[in-house]
Amino acid sequence: MALVVVGGIFMASYLPGRPPLGPAVALLCGSGALLVGNVVALSRVREFAWRTFFTVGGWVLLAYAVIAGMLEFVFVLDQTRGAVLLVLSLMLLVFAVDIPIVLAFSVARHQDPADSPGQPVA
Amino acid sequence: MTDTTLRVGSVEGEAAARPMPPATIVPPAGIPIVAVVLAGLVAAIVSNKLWALDFFHVAGGALWTGVDLFVGLLIGPILRRISVQARVEFSARFMPKMLLLMPTLVIVTLASGFQLARLLGNLNTAAPMHGWIVASFVIVGVLTIIAIGVLEPANLAVLFELRKPKPDGELIGRLMRRFVMTAGIIGGAQVATLVIMTRLASG
Repeated sequence: MALVVVGGIFMASYLPGRPPLGPAVALLCGSGALLVGNVVALSRVREFAWRTFFTVGGWVLLAYAVIAGMLEFVFVLDQTRGAVLLVLSLMLLVFAVDIPIVLAFSVARHQDPADSPGQPVA
Repeated sequence: MTDTTLRVGSVEGEAAARPMPPATIVPPAGIPIVAVVLAGLVAAIVSNKLWALDFFHVAGGALWTGVDLFVGLLIGPILRRISVQARVEFSARFMPKMLLLMPTLVIVTLASGFQLARLLGNLNTAAPMHGWIVASFVIVGVLTIIAIGVLEPANLAVLFELRKPKPDGELIGRLMRRFVMTAGIIGGAQVATLVIMTRLASG
């Protein structure tokens, strides 16, 4: 999340001009890799309150989809196009997926796994 | 703190005396208000009118900063001094509202502020005030990481703990201390934002 926030600040500080994409793409790739790593690590946990995790994660995902959608709307309205828009959109995607995982995990780790039977994410 | 070691609801009958937590984590009555505010924000951005953007940015930012400072510097110290039972009762009513209020204020302030900076030309790297804009981005970034990485998880975890038949008072106390401490840090960072914003507004 920190990497994608730094990337977003880096990109936004150059808009409406064209920011150098190298550092932004590097930050995006780093945040994406960490996100995938987190999901893989989490999927290997057997005893976990998965029902709570998915309940919280689903609602937070909905909320952050709205927030990310608003920001995407602003970028498109401001005539951001091409590779810059693509990188910004992917950063928003990582942001909108990562936060639900952080919040859902924070809640589910304090819940009793027995109250929430189910299989970990494949 | 010794008072946080109390187990809320551990004594038989205490659970019955405990106030019922709300049926939902997020207060449903607040959702239409949030929808209206977001619709107004979209209208302000689409119209690109200076007054509308200024209104959302100033009103949202003032409320965001005010609430952060109020919670961190006034509510926080009070919460630390009251009993666990009182803290639990307060949290059960206070936290759900914060869960809806704060993200709304944040998105309203940020989206309208970005658009306002663009409209006024401050986003341009050649603009004399560009450095101040970037400084505000950095502070907002730090605030975002603290709020989403530490404060909101504690907030949500407390709400879920309160819904258990026997909430763990020690856990709630620990999470509330984290919530209040980060709210204080965020309040301090908000003072820096106030400095930047007043500098920007002064030209």
